[in-house]
Amino acid sequence: MKILVCITHVPDTTSKIQFTDNNTKFDKTGVQFIIGPYDDYALARAVELRDQTGGELTVLNVGEAETEPTLRKALAIGADKAIRVNAFPKDAYFVALQIAHYAKEGAYDLILMGRESIDFNGGMVHGMVGELLGMPSISPVMKLDIEGQSAKMAREIEGGKEYIEVDLPFIAGCQEPIAEWKIPNMRGIMSARTKPLDVVETISDETFSQVNAFQLPPAKGAVQLIDKDNVEELVRLLKNEAKIL
Amino acid sequence: MEAVEAKHKSQKQDQFEGVDFYQIDDLLSEEHKLVRGAIRDFVKKEISPSIEQWAQDAHFPYEIVRKFGEVGAFGPQIPETYGGGGLDYISYGLIMQEIERGDSGMRSTASVQGSLVMYPIYKFGSEEQRNKFLPKLASGEMLGCFGLTEPDHGSNPSGMTTHFKDMGDHYLLNGAKMWISNSPKADIAVVWAKNEAGRIHGLIVERGMEGFSTPETHNKWSLRASCTGELVFDNVKVPKENLLPNKSGLGAPLMCLDSARFGIAWGAIGAAMDCYDSARRYAMERIQFDKPIASFQLIQKKLAEMLTEITKAQLLAWKLGKMMNEGKATTSHISLAKRNNVAMALEIAREARQIHGGMGITGEYPIMRHMMNLESVITYEGTHDIHLLILGNEITGIPAFK
Ligand SMILES: Cc1cc2nc3c(=O)[nH]c(=O)nc-3n(C[C@H](O)[C@H](O)[C@H](O)COP(=O)(O)OP(=O)(O)OC[C@H]3O[C@@H](n4cnc5c(N)ncnc54)[C@H](O)[C@@H]3O)c2cc1C
Repeated sequence: MKILVCITHVPDTTSKIQFTDNNTKFDKTGVQFIIGPYDDYALARAVELRDQTGGELTVLNVGEAETEPTLRKALAIGADKAIRVNAFPKDAYFVALQIAHYAKEGAYDLILMGRESIDFNGGMVHGMVGELLGMPSISPVMKLDIEGQSAKMAREIEGGKEYIEVDLPFIAGCQEPIAEWKIPNMRGIMSARTKPLDVVETISDETFSQVNAFQLPPAKGAVQLIDKDNVEELVRLLKNEAKIL
Repeated sequence: MEAVEAKHKSQKQDQFEGVDFYQIDDLLSEEHKLVRGAIRDFVKKEISPSIEQWAQDAHFPYEIVRKFGEVGAFGPQIPETYGGGGLDYISYGLIMQEIERGDSGMRSTASVQGSLVMYPIYKFGSEEQRNKFLPKLASGEMLGCFGLTEPDHGSNPSGMTTHFKDMGDHYLLNGAKMWISNSPKADIAVVWAKNEAGRIHGLIVERGMEGFSTPETHNKWSLRASCTGELVFDNVKVPKENLLPNKSGLGAPLMCLDSARFGIAWGAIGAAMDCYDSARRYAMERIQFDKPIASFQLIQKKLAEMLTEITKAQLLAWKLGKMMNEGKATTSHISLAKRNNVAMALEIAREARQIHGGMGITGEYPIMRHMMNLESVITYEGTHDIHLLILGNEITGIPAFK
């Protein structure tokens, strides 16, 4: 079985987010980058499925040269080879176009990615890739098993779960608890040194959208605690200071 | 079972982020950072949630041996053909740093296995010995220990009395070792003993050999999550093929100690960073006189000095790692770094304890555990003062040991 896992290269969840150039550019100074947490679940499950069924696991990222350490980490975790589409990921459609092209070229049986990235949280790429390739695209998948040419999965829906069966090939946007995140071991890190990491060019420059500016959420205000017996004071503050009554 | 698990797991999140004030990360390769990140994640998952309870209960979590094996913490600097990681010395140092950030006792388990058991078998062992023991030690299927110190010979190992006699088809080993990390649970011991001519040799003694026992040392206030014990040899018949053939003399165990001490120089930075990280957070949150205590000059002085000392220690360790990679590091180079960095960590632990006030003495924070652990680290693998004398000898050419 040939598996493709698409991973994002995103700021660590604890990073301090700042913008420059009049709030149009993300400031990368001092920011640590990681494999997108949802993509990391997809990768972990893909490693398990590859080990179960044999075959080959490729990871792909649309990004500039700085994302290579993230791809190396995916190789250390267990992917067999990596592809970097050499471009800044401009928007979801742009990324989906590249993925669809290289996915088709590689004729993968299974294309996994996170339910969404944690930088822009668009959650659209898997759906767009499905549309572009004419394949089913399912998300968010929290359980995935492969039996022969079909897959059984559980999808999270409002207030419950949906159990789905689908034939290969297909695309899935993954989330926990599909698998436990894998920590690369030292032998994996060693062997990642010599695994292939191919850099390829973009297939199209088309985008659907562009970012004009970013805005940070307003800073949290100070909390004022009022004694539970002092309702009058609470009402007074809500009226005079918060001005919401 | 679940309730027991729950009792042992701390609910507190390990938020450690690392300290890099001088952008020393620029001196590391992407692979080094990957190694460090992997072991940091490993420690957060496998050690931090339970370490406080293990230490309080003086419990050595044997299952960690397998987990260390899986992640590759045993003998990362030993070639891959024997199950090691084939990584460089800076990677090895970073692994020790991250494990000791979790706990010095856990790091001791890994140091002993990698530098004091696998290293001598790799360096001084026969091909059969390497193939027989190294892969199992690397995977954590086997645990080893290193027996040099004796009840009457600590800083002066050349005075050792443990000895063996050539009986024709085997050696007969007699004597005792003390303060041996991992001994109560070890499957094999690399033991240093004198032959009839008084020359020191290494022997691999295996659990189950008649006359060999490993009583545990109880009531330690330090390295409580690591097990320590004796090695007692009462007419133990050791097969001849268990003698390490390729080096003898005190230089052999000292070479092992060089490798382990190098790891300790990095490990101590881990413990220091954890204390600093905890103290910084606590100082920002703890309010006294209507202000965070971090706003007082005396607290700032403590924090500023901690950061300064950690930064200096990091640069020292990195340069020493480069020299190890190039084969240029000498025993005195390593002594300087081990001595400086461990004392630095202990000083930081003590200052951090004060910043935490009364909270600093409880198991709510890692400080007191690190502080007590470091009391062993500053004594084992050459005491603080012995390393000073090694440097004194280097400077003057006059040994002041005797
Ligand atoms: C928790 C723990 C784990 C250990 N694990 C191991 C292990 O796995 N394997 C192993 O072989 N050993 C191990 N050790 C032993 C350790 O290496 C020794 O404790 C250490 O070498 C010091 O020896 P000692 O305790 O006999 O102290 P001593 O040598 O008796 O020293 C006592 C004091 O005298 C000072 N002193 C001694 N000689 C001189 C001198 N010439 N000039 C000035 N001062 C001097 C020392 O600096 C020290 O302050 C361990 C120790 C501990 C505490």
